[in-house]
Amino acid sequence: MRTSTTRLFAIAAALAIVLSLGVSACGSSDDSTSDETDAEGGGGGDAIVSNPDNGKVKLTIGSKNFPEQEILGEIYAQALAAAGYSTKTDLNLGSETVALKTLKAGQISGYPEYASTALTSFFGKEPEEVPADAQEAYEEAKAEFEKEGLTAFPPTPFASANAVGTLKKTADELGLKTISDLEGQSEDLTLYGSPECRQRIDCLAGLEKLYGLKFKSFTPVDIGLRYTVLEKGQADLSILFTTDPQLAAESDKFVILEDDKEVFPAGNILFVTTDKVANEAGPDYESTIVQVQEGLTLEVMQELDARVELEKQSAKEVAGEYLEESGYTG
Amino acid sequence: MTFLLPHLPLGSIEGAIEFIFSEQPSNVTGGNLVGGFDQTVELALNQLEVTLFALALSLLVALPLGLYLGHRGVGGFLAIGLGNAGRAIPELALIAFIAAWIGVGTLNLTIALAVLGVPPILTNAFIGIRQVDRAPVEAARGIGMSELGVLLRVEVPLAIPTIMAGVRLATIAIVATATIAPLAGVLTLGDYIINENVYGEDGVVAGAIVVALMALALELLLALLQRRLTSKGLRTVPA
Repeated sequence: MRTSTTRLFAIAAALAIVLSLGVSACGSSDDSTSDETDAEGGGGGDAIVSNPDNGKVKLTIGSKNFPEQEILGEIYAQALAAAGYSTKTDLNLGSETVALKTLKAGQISGYPEYASTALTSFFGKEPEEVPADAQEAYEEAKAEFEKEGLTAFPPTPFASANAVGTLKKTADELGLKTISDLEGQSEDLTLYGSPECRQRIDCLAGLEKLYGLKFKSFTPVDIGLRYTVLEKGQADLSILFTTDPQLAAESDKFVILEDDKEVFPAGNILFVTTDKVANEAGPDYESTIVQVQEGLTLEVMQELDARVELEKQSAKEVAGEYLEESGYTG
Repeated sequence: MTFLLPHLPLGSIEGAIEFIFSEQPSNVTGGNLVGGFDQTVELALNQLEVTLFALALSLLVALPLGLYLGHRGVGGFLAIGLGNAGRAIPELALIAFIAAWIGVGTLNLTIALAVLGVPPILTNAFIGIRQVDRAPVEAARGIGMSELGVLLRVEVPLAIPTIMAGVRLATIAIVATATIAPLAGVLTLGDYIINENVYGEDGVVAGAIVVALMALALELLLALLQRRLTSKGLRTVPA
């Protein structure tokens, strides 16, 4: 009887999860929008002007499959719609390899990629070779993309990087400020990170090779669980992102260790598209994208991430709010 | 994901087989080699282990319950309704849900995967027992067999094909789904499949090939087991 009660409970709970997923999924389904724009802006930016000539251009904006990327995909798609393009979204493209392949195959028109990821993952650069300067990294990535018939638009103000995170309590107890402080202690500490982290040079492989650290264990987990494992006390250390809203919202609880040997290169977002689409779509394509990303500082991106990850709003909703609050749309 | 299929080059099967047997370079590892025979065997053994744990748990939960309900002829709604509801639970959501209680790791996965195994075992055990011809059951009672004796010595042997079909379904579902284990702290062959940016297309296809072979091997083993379990007198009779 115990078992069946527990199971009933588990099933009821699982049903609740299914229902809540269903509701949020509704918010992020593909759609086409072409709103009329209002000339009056509420925030700092100038309102996007709709150009009727763009209506015949069909754009499909892609993104990888985690919240920050989905928000960016929605921001670009909704801004381009405001500029008069007929847009669709395809925001669940998995890893960068899948996204790039989908782009090259012409199934999406463009997607946001981190300059650092592009340089290390696509173009074979070592993490320490990635320029710390955003403009320099952009120029380098842009030149590489050009060789493949792709165009990269200028970078966002914010940059994101992997980071080694821990509970503030743990950091205080062990006197950890930088990753190098882990020397001599890491053998007793468990590290959790996304499955791909294990082999990546800008993640576990880099910590082992470039910092010379050995950990008690590395456990792969879904990206969505990166804070859960710290809170549950399972992980002593967890691989986080510098744009994580939790770091700003709960700075008394979670801290990241300074990457003093620069194993985790920071990357600003570049919107990558094909030369073909860039030519067909005309000048409003790049100018709209560059315009709406101007407001994307680290603080703003953390705030937008928080609305999706912590407050469970949909990426679509949050992107719409951002565009409106910044005065890009009416 | 169907839109991606046209881009999976079938030519990479050769590359995949090479990936299974010898280590390959990767773009993102800073020179470390990936894949190879030792790694593949280790991942496969992990996958087998978590599959067997989950299968054992689902058998423990579902088989006695299904047999009991089938024998008593009650709870059909429960056995079939629970079975169907269980199939609709999204595995990743379940893993995240369990992670909030007990964290990630083998226990989490065993429970999450057992939830996949319970429905077919429960439903098939129930239906298998219910479908047994009433005449031999009544005859067994008539010669004074206990209820447990009737269940274990008459009903179960006659229901073996249906019961085993449920176990086989559960096994395939569990072993295939155990590929998502790297998202919950256990490295299985899914590591090759999830991380295309580390292992490349060859790794993805290699992972898929080995999982498919494991599923086939388990299916074959269970088919042999089913033959062993079927009483001699019934082997030639169509089930």
